[in-house]
Amino acid sequence: MSLLLKTENLCKSFGKNLVLNNVNLNVESGKIIGLLGPNGSGKTTIIKLVNGLLVPDGGKLFIDGKEPGTESKKLVAYLPDNNCLSLSMTVKKTVGLFADFFEDFRQELAYKMLNSLNIDINAKLKALSKGNREKVALILIMSRNAKLYLLDEPIAGVDPATRDYIISTIIGNYNPEASVIISTHLIADIESVLDEVIFIKQGEIVLHKAVDEIREENGKSVDELFREVFKW
Amino acid sequence: MNRALDKSRPICPQIEELICVMIATGEIKGGEKIFSVREVALKFSVNPNTVQKAFEALEAKQLLTSHRGSGWYVNEDTSRAAEMVEELKRVKTCEYVKSMTNLGVSENELIDYIKEWNK
Repeated sequence: MSLLLKTENLCKSFGKNLVLNNVNLNVESGKIIGLLGPNGSGKTTIIKLVNGLLVPDGGKLFIDGKEPGTESKKLVAYLPDNNCLSLSMTVKKTVGLFADFFEDFRQELAYKMLNSLNIDINAKLKALSKGNREKVALILIMSRNAKLYLLDEPIAGVDPATRDYIISTIIGNYNPEASVIISTHLIADIESVLDEVIFIKQGEIVLHKAVDEIREENGKSVDELFREVFKW
Repeated sequence: MNRALDKSRPICPQIEELICVMIATGEIKGGEKIFSVREVALKFSVNPNTVQKAFEALEAKQLLTSHRGSGWYVNEDTSRAAEMVEELKRVKTCEYVKSMTNLGVSENELIDYIKEWNK
């Protein structure tokens, strides 16, 4: 098990608003990790720092030993929490774009998954529903053969049946060399696939533990523990 | 293999139990190849690492053997599985009796309840 992601005293603020305060994280390879916290706790900020969309104000982070940059981006597949695809392109063209962009893109896998979800590859993205657009985006990300997948709210906008499909996609593409970090607050839906959870509260990590340990020590599901830790 | 998992208990031992029961009841026979880690993970929507851990624990308990490259097989001798299920039955009965006693049910009443339920 090697360390895929390491952060040291990571800090970030927007104006006077301190969003991340001394975040220290170690993520090993071969794990599926839930990044859980209430709205505005800094989940998206951590993810954006890791993929280099934001620059930290203080502290350091390393992805597979590299600082964020061109080299680290080859290793990281990022699913943003809002749409980043061009709506005037067809699904097929978008797949082509990804294949041109990323060396590790597996085109056949993308078409196979699109087919099993009955998505018309000749349709333009603006003709698809919001949920179907999210499915396309997720399929594109999971079709990369990356080392670190960062999924920001991947299941928020889709129906429960598709949630199951997404979860089985994540399990089915599981690779012991890679890790998946999923940020969400829909814990009950995903907790059974997680190895570890990270609870984040007002920019600080309050808990980073293996899921089975939580169940053993507290006799509670992760969902119940979350409700307790973040009680108002 | 259609039991739902209890999310407030560790998943790993629950998968061990399920497989143990399947071997003891003869649903999977000695010497047969068992489902792959991925199949079990997909079936229950759980993490493949957890399933792997459960399989390894069963190997340590001499129920399964892994064959490199071809998957997991049930050991010819399935008596260990039967023993473990016996143990489980005792534990579950004990739990049930305790919780009924806590409700103020006496031993004789308990037997009546079980007979009643059967009808």
